[in-house]
Amino acid sequence: MTTGLPTGSSTGASPEASTERPRAGSNVPLGERAYRIRRHALRMGEVQGQGYIAQALGISDVLAVSYFHALAYRPGDPEWEGRDRFLLSIGHYAIALYAALIEAEIIPEDELTSYGGDDSRLPMSGMAAYTPGMEITGGSLGHGLGIAVGMALGLKRKGSKSFIYNLFSDGELDEGSTWEAAMSAGSFKLDNLIGLVDVNGMQADGASTGVLNFEPLGPKFAAFNWFVQRVDGNDIDALVKAFDAARHHPGAEPRIILCDTRMAKGVPFLEARERNHFLRVEPDEWQRALAILDEGRVK
Amino acid sequence: MRRSKYEKPAPRAGGGAKTSAMIASLAAPGQRTKPAPFGHALVELAGTRPDIIGLSADLSKYTDLHIFAQAYPERFYQMGMAEQLLMSAAAGLAREGFTPFATTYAVFAARRAYDFICLAIAEENLNVKIACALPGLTTGYGPSHQATEDLAIFRGMPNLTIIDPCDAHEIEQVVPAMAAHQGPVYLRLLRGNVPLVLDAYGYTFELGKAKTIRDGRDVLVISSGLMTMRALEVAEALRDDRVDVAVLHVPTIKPLDTATILREAGRGGRLVVVAENHSVIGGLGEAVAGLLMRAGVMPGRGFRQIGLPDEFLEAGALPTLHDRYGISAAAMAGSIRAWL
Repeated sequence: MTTGLPTGSSTGASPEASTERPRAGSNVPLGERAYRIRRHALRMGEVQGQGYIAQALGISDVLAVSYFHALAYRPGDPEWEGRDRFLLSIGHYAIALYAALIEAEIIPEDELTSYGGDDSRLPMSGMAAYTPGMEITGGSLGHGLGIAVGMALGLKRKGSKSFIYNLFSDGELDEGSTWEAAMSAGSFKLDNLIGLVDVNGMQADGASTGVLNFEPLGPKFAAFNWFVQRVDGNDIDALVKAFDAARHHPGAEPRIILCDTRMAKGVPFLEARERNHFLRVEPDEWQRALAILDEGRVK
Repeated sequence: MRRSKYEKPAPRAGGGAKTSAMIASLAAPGQRTKPAPFGHALVELAGTRPDIIGLSADLSKYTDLHIFAQAYPERFYQMGMAEQLLMSAAAGLAREGFTPFATTYAVFAARRAYDFICLAIAEENLNVKIACALPGLTTGYGPSHQATEDLAIFRGMPNLTIIDPCDAHEIEQVVPAMAAHQGPVYLRLLRGNVPLVLDAYGYTFELGKAKTIRDGRDVLVISSGLMTMRALEVAEALRDDRVDVAVLHVPTIKPLDTATILREAGRGGRLVVVAENHSVIGGLGEAVAGLLMRAGVMPGRGFRQIGLPDEFLEAGALPTLHDRYGISAAAMAGSIRAWL
């Protein structure tokens, strides 16, 4: 860093190459991480008796690969300057990210029972000021990718090697601001930006492509000068390959991984529910869901 | 009330006054001006503040940011005609420790990018400086470009500081002050050849402070932005009528300098007139009215507002429109005479 710039809200450490991956090399397999993330999420869902649990179960594999394969971070220092930034554009997926942050030991597990309660650090919609490891305030959809563009530009100015990941949803493809940001990321050749789209096919008013058809999605991002991959977002091996390819892609392009996921993945009786954007779960079903999840645990 | 488009207007000699160009100066003929005070002040400040970054949404030339872009091309980002992105990306740069100055027109920031300023910037109290040209009625291009309600829109946004400077002298001081302030700031920017007035009064800008530019016994004009220079002209004009006019300049709309306003409004038996280049709804006038009401202060000779009507304004030449909507010095003097 030659400009004498402030290092943001970090501990003042100079930017370092994000080759440090404290979580990688762990002996815990990614499938086990994904299982635990789902489990944390279900337990939080039970606390409130409601929530965006289908999205959380669906995105858990992507979060496991993000936090235990791809991202550089320090659990005890969530604002470490050398970290990769993971932005949750979809604020209502907070339950999923909290589950990942608990698994990553950024949030203590015993705080899980405070989910959605008064004065909790884990509000139902993700807000940066509340939660360690929550980089931005989401919730008003279509914000994340634009903020990611600014952060990617900022990291480049600082000579940082860190990546910006922005997790957004197929529903956010309806928002024009997403495409303003997509066009600019290609124009600025932001090769430090990795977009992750949860293509779960469901939004508030029904099936995503029925609300507004965004397909063909890959060619759209390719036309906006992005390096595009589309994978089964519940296939951990495929996700690992895609994250590696995104990180190591030699082209000066932003990278996007379109992750086709299954809502409520891992709990078949919830997967089978048709209207699952805001899943109705009866009080007795939480324990049943946990039991089913435990049975299907990947050893 | 707007005329029906099916009603042919009466012919005017010479076709009437022409629509003022988008880059037209607000300066009266012969008035002292300074070119692009915002752009030059930002360049000067950037010399000692490497964290300052400029962003524009395809309007750098029309917000005087091109001066900065020419001086520091590597610190300028052209975001394209995309105001939602402009504000989100500014938030991202602020998150990484930079101090972005994002510029566009006031209409686009207020109407188009509000949610992004609110959630991506203000909710996190990020250090983004939003400098917007064409505040209020400063263009004759019609409602698409006339930000007559930007203060009403922005006053409700928590954390946001709002500044409505009067002239080039003030803008030069506002730029370093807004950069020094921690948190988001919205600046109603006067651009191009900007009138130079307040230097003659020995005025200095302080963030959050209202200042008495001149004192007077009969009328207290509380004003912001370009209306302060109008008020000073009115004060001179009314002197011939033996009306003594005080002018309290309130460049910081939010947070409001409530102590000074209450003290001045409560002094003696004066008519209090709030003058603003903004709709009479939701701007400085109603802010002051609410303040006085809450404090139980009733000015001795009443309270009046000079501002733009609650209408979509017409297109045309700026001097014509300022007269028509009551914010020219002549119209303002007429209003005050009638109220006394």
